[in-house]
Amino acid sequence: MITAEQKPLEEIIGYIEPYDRIFLVGCNECVTVCAAGGRKEVGLLASALRLNSMKQGKTIEIKEITLERQCDPEYVEELASDINRTDAVLSMACGCGVQTLAARYKEMPIFPAVNTLFMGASESQGIWSERCRGCGDCLLGITGGICPVARCSKSLFNGPCGGTCGGKCEISPDVDCAWCLIWERLKALGMEKRYEELMEAKDWRTSGGGGPRKIVRKDLVL
Amino acid sequence: MKNFEPEIVAFCCHYCAYTAADMAGSKRLSYPPNVKIIRVPCTGKVDALHMMRAFEKGADGVYVAGCLEGDCHFKNGNTRAGQRVAYVQKILEDLGIEPQRLEMIMMSAGMGERFVRTAFEFTEKIRELGPCPVKPIKK
Repeated sequence: MITAEQKPLEEIIGYIEPYDRIFLVGCNECVTVCAAGGRKEVGLLASALRLNSMKQGKTIEIKEITLERQCDPEYVEELASDINRTDAVLSMACGCGVQTLAARYKEMPIFPAVNTLFMGASESQGIWSERCRGCGDCLLGITGGICPVARCSKSLFNGPCGGTCGGKCEISPDVDCAWCLIWERLKALGMEKRYEELMEAKDWRTSGGGGPRKIVRKDLVL
Repeated sequence: MKNFEPEIVAFCCHYCAYTAADMAGSKRLSYPPNVKIIRVPCTGKVDALHMMRAFEKGADGVYVAGCLEGDCHFKNGNTRAGQRVAYVQKILEDLGIEPQRLEMIMMSAGMGERFVRTAFEFTEKIRELGPCPVKPIKK
């Protein structure tokens, strides 16, 4: 999933300061799972913003809504009937959702309420870790299911660097050395020989080096 | 602020603090009428949103009263509540509202006296802090 974290309240308050009627829009997908911008977080942020306005003796009108998917024009359309009764939109979705709103409602100021972080997986309740960089040419089949692009601090392709120590990365004792994990996994699978095979320099064009990426599925296009 | 009487909301767990309040009643111990009790099945049921809403509705102080550590009827609802209280305290602080207005308190069902003492102490603390800087705007 795409992970995100709420922006500092001060920054959010700064964005909406000039406006009296705010549309606070959450998303039912990734940001709900990582507890950054789902229905509950929309409620909490709305409450915090109302408390802030009351503290200043102001009245602010916040309309709360959580869309099924904010990165999908079909669901974003649901705002159309009410958008004219608001002064600004505060989105709690990832950057994709914010931009989908901005593209659809061109006259409306749209502000992000979260910082989009990374594509990650849940380690346990309340803990998410980066697992994928979306490089466009997946290597997991030859690295034992552990990604050296996302999980090695240097995105190395041929074994660990000199900073590996006791299975941990030199950047922090809390960060596993991806190449140690890869080696252990290959060993457990009896695929140690894979480790010996040198990987060639990666073509980063699929990773965004060739500009913004796009998928066009002609069989699905209407 | 001599005449200030704080509004206090106490989210009390059915299995401990609420029963402790009941015990205080049985013992004819009185506690400040400022404290308005909301009975919950476990403090783990108290969401951050409930605490925020209490302040939105005009509470000057809020406390969540759960079981003693390790004694939660539902295993760890009280520790979860404690974590949520800390989370909301941070939001209050960011908004410039004293985080001391919100507190997690632990007691057992047999602690009628402690319930009363807590109610007095918390009321006194909020009285000293004065009215919450956030007050609902009367329409």
